[in-house]
Amino acid sequence: MSEDGSGTPRVGLGRIFRAFLLLGATSFGGGVVAYLREALVVREKWLDDETFIQGLELSQILPGLNATNMSVYVGERLRGAAGAFVACLGMMLPGTIVVMALGILVAEHSKGWDFSTVLLGVGSAAVGLLLHTTWRLAQPVVCDAFDVGIVLATFAAVAVLHLPLLAVLSTVAPFAVWWYRPVGNAARPEGAVTEEPAGRHDSARDVDGR
Amino acid sequence: MLLQILGLFSLLSMLAIGGGAAVLPEMKAFTVGPAPWITAEQFGQIYSLGQLAPGPNMLMVSVIGYHVSGMAGAALAMIGFFAPAGLLTFFAGRAWDRLRDDPRRAALARGLGPVTIGLMLAGAMSIERTVMQGHGLLPYAISLAVLAILGRARVNPFFLIVGGGVVTLVAKLAGVP
Repeated sequence: MSEDGSGTPRVGLGRIFRAFLLLGATSFGGGVVAYLREALVVREKWLDDETFIQGLELSQILPGLNATNMSVYVGERLRGAAGAFVACLGMMLPGTIVVMALGILVAEHSKGWDFSTVLLGVGSAAVGLLLHTTWRLAQPVVCDAFDVGIVLATFAAVAVLHLPLLAVLSTVAPFAVWWYRPVGNAARPEGAVTEEPAGRHDSARDVDGR
Repeated sequence: MLLQILGLFSLLSMLAIGGGAAVLPEMKAFTVGPAPWITAEQFGQIYSLGQLAPGPNMLMVSVIGYHVSGMAGAALAMIGFFAPAGLLTFFAGRAWDRLRDDPRRAALARGLGPVTIGLMLAGAMSIERTVMQGHGLLPYAISLAVLAILGRARVNPFFLIVGGGVVTLVAKLAGVP
């Protein structure tokens, strides 16, 4: 708490829960990040943009969904373990009620009603939405031929060769991270290192001190 | 059976780097695999259902759990899929803040980015195979239309998702094959 207690206001658990409940009820289709920023940074002013992006980066790197990871990260900053719990609960509750109600409806009444026709269109639209989200997320992280190679290798290993995900993650991911390992003296971080184009990494790779 | 549900979804939770779509192929392989819990068609339908609900887009794991073991199955699927990753984030959050200026942090983010994109594409393809294949061209037209609309305008995705369902329903009622 002491570390960044200066910038983080103390917020009531009820208010955290309500804010995330609203987010959980109104965010749709992978766009949760945009809703989160609007609510947490713009409306409630619980975080600044830098902290938000920092949390988002962590949420993407760690396993699990961005939306729930962000809830935990933000809730923890605001009110520790209890804050993380109510934030995550609020985020998940509305959708869980909706999906369970729909799921039970379809499971118990599928003989009388034909839901499959509607769900075919819903699923098809969802694939379009997923591709759009993928495209948007790819803009900042897929920059050169190496990145494209990693995308294709990962895709082929999982979707074409049907290799176990654990095998893919334990080989491709460490390789990609190793490729972008800090160059030179790690104790002397420069702003440029973080956003440096990969081309410069390539030329500097041979002189890497590690 | 309940322990298997908890175990499977905990495992998937820890493999979901970059979001839920990343583990869709693996989730399908396990749940409709050699000793199937649900059929591939049900998997596709449950995924589609999940898209109609607000919030994080993998809440549909509860419905898979429900199909296997009722309400207890639903609860354990949710705990398995969300608790381990949530706990990890909880404990990693502080450490992450301390690494603010560490170049290794940037390398981690930079390297995992393209892996995430590849996994998301594989997830999209898994749903395409499960939901769309074998139903003619209409599902593909819907996907492309959604992609085109989102590329041009800011539309609430919910309306596009519902719209997709309306299109296939109307087509069916109108007798379009």
